[in-house]
Amino acid sequence: MARTVEAKRITAEEIGYVLFLGALLVACLLIASRAWDQVMAIHAGVGALFSAIGIFLVFKGFSDRPSQPDQLVDGKPNYNFGPIKFASVAAMFWGIAGFLVGFIIAMQLAFPALNFDFPLSNFGRLRPLHTSAVIFAFGGNVLLATSFYVVQRTCQARMPGIVTPWFIVLGYNAFIVIAGTGYLLGVTQGKEYAEPEWYADLWLTVVWVVYLLAFLGTIWKRKEPHIYVANWFYLAFIVTIAMLHLGNNMSVPVSIYTSKSVQVFSGVQDAMVQWWYGHNAVGFFLTAGFLAIMYYFVPKRAERPVYSYRLSIVHFWALIFLYIWAGPHHLHYTALPEWASTLGATFSIMLWMPSWGGMINGLMTLSGAWDKLRTDPVLRMLVVSVAFYGMSTFEGPLMSVKAVNSLSHYTDWTIGHVHSGALGWVGFVSFGALYCLYPWLWNRKQLYSLKLVSWHFWLATLGIVLYICAMWVSGIMQGLMWRAYDKLGFLEYSFIETVEAMHPFYVIRALGGLLFVLGALIMAYNLYMTVQKGEREEPAGQPVLAPAE
Amino acid sequence: MSSPYIAAAEFAQTYGLVYFFVIFLGVLVYALWPSNGKRFDDAARVPLRED
Repeated sequence: MARTVEAKRITAEEIGYVLFLGALLVACLLIASRAWDQVMAIHAGVGALFSAIGIFLVFKGFSDRPSQPDQLVDGKPNYNFGPIKFASVAAMFWGIAGFLVGFIIAMQLAFPALNFDFPLSNFGRLRPLHTSAVIFAFGGNVLLATSFYVVQRTCQARMPGIVTPWFIVLGYNAFIVIAGTGYLLGVTQGKEYAEPEWYADLWLTVVWVVYLLAFLGTIWKRKEPHIYVANWFYLAFIVTIAMLHLGNNMSVPVSIYTSKSVQVFSGVQDAMVQWWYGHNAVGFFLTAGFLAIMYYFVPKRAERPVYSYRLSIVHFWALIFLYIWAGPHHLHYTALPEWASTLGATFSIMLWMPSWGGMINGLMTLSGAWDKLRTDPVLRMLVVSVAFYGMSTFEGPLMSVKAVNSLSHYTDWTIGHVHSGALGWVGFVSFGALYCLYPWLWNRKQLYSLKLVSWHFWLATLGIVLYICAMWVSGIMQGLMWRAYDKLGFLEYSFIETVEAMHPFYVIRALGGLLFVLGALIMAYNLYMTVQKGEREEPAGQPVLAPAE
Repeated sequence: MSSPYIAAAEFAQTYGLVYFFVIFLGVLVYALWPSNGKRFDDAARVPLRED
């Protein structure tokens, strides 16, 4: 392709980001100087600093780039891998941080003295730090990295924009920093999995809209006429999270100079909106997004086409139509109307169909390649993740049945259920995807060590088994003790007796968590060595822009 | 009967149900339509395609 030497000009996109970040910088400085509370002053200061860094990076990017990025190099799409690399490193970093905080709070539950009586190290502040770090920081970065990679590869087109992909990845991680430091400093709007206050929510909205536009823009530019099923799942994830985020964060700040805001909804309406959000964060963030990963990485790693593409279409539409109604099962036996509660349970049970259809589709993709499970621990990880998906999506509908829920709700059974999905499904499918991505992105022949992947696999699997078994026993025991009456009709156990009875299981759970953290540390070492020491895929000197398999 | 809540609920419980069911049937027909088979077989191989 003959390239005319053109004068380098700053694009409208770059100017736009500089103006936007410049305005944000001024606004942040203004708020910081007049803030009513200390946290607002700190966060506005951080916002000003990040805006300034952003402006610097736009100019640095401009001075470093040759001219416009090429759409094609040697007839192949010139994929944009820089932001993907950043997100996959960030995922590993936040993953270890989040797992570690999870281990710490598991220890605090077993040994309350570990709260140390400091506000900063209190369970109440560390718990949202753990959940947000693993779901939004680890999971979110995995989704950013894989969605950018998958959409470019399956559309055979470079992502649009020069600054935009970086803005999304860095902007999202800036949100994580604001959210996480906020929890530690005691700022929360008290909504589970939606704790960040109004200013962080606004910032995430901006980043998310840009993410949606960049994703759609890549699909718009596609060379491959068919939009691959993984992209449908990613798109459902991005669009629905935008809707949920806006719906559940409708609040009015007391003033723009304070971190405090007031919710628009109250009472049972607020609870319903919260769990409409909460359950669909599971359905669209932790399920649809990661199913997209399954539909790309399992076929890729197994070198087999998707078992049934027809099933994948039915899977997609059925899943997204049903999930959105399941939220009320979080509010059985509350002030929520009976019919809403029944509706939630009914839709949860109907979800068995698409969930298991998807699981079967993922597992059967290995037909003809089952032998690879013996030799490839990465594929083993991906397959076990799909098995855990099947298990936790069987358990979830079961627990949504009112009779079962009357025993399981408010007990550790819920915690066990969440973690079989989070550690087993989301964790393992993410680990599998990252083990695939690192060699592709850094152009390495293979991982540094498959043996270490095996170690990670077995440590983490053992950790999950310890975790969920401990929580099943502890949760069911707790539920039974709560509902035990003596002959005279008095409650048989005081609350503290149930807590004492659960202690051994809390210790076992913490041990399981520790094994999971150890596995992640081994993974981080393995990935670091893959980048540092791994054998390059192509002979040196040849420009390499697309990873070869 | 005059409450807007009841009217909306009745609409959702009848036409809403039919609407969703028809959409689902549409998805099934699209997914299972015999002449779409070849396209879907190609699409199933999209991740494996070299570029």
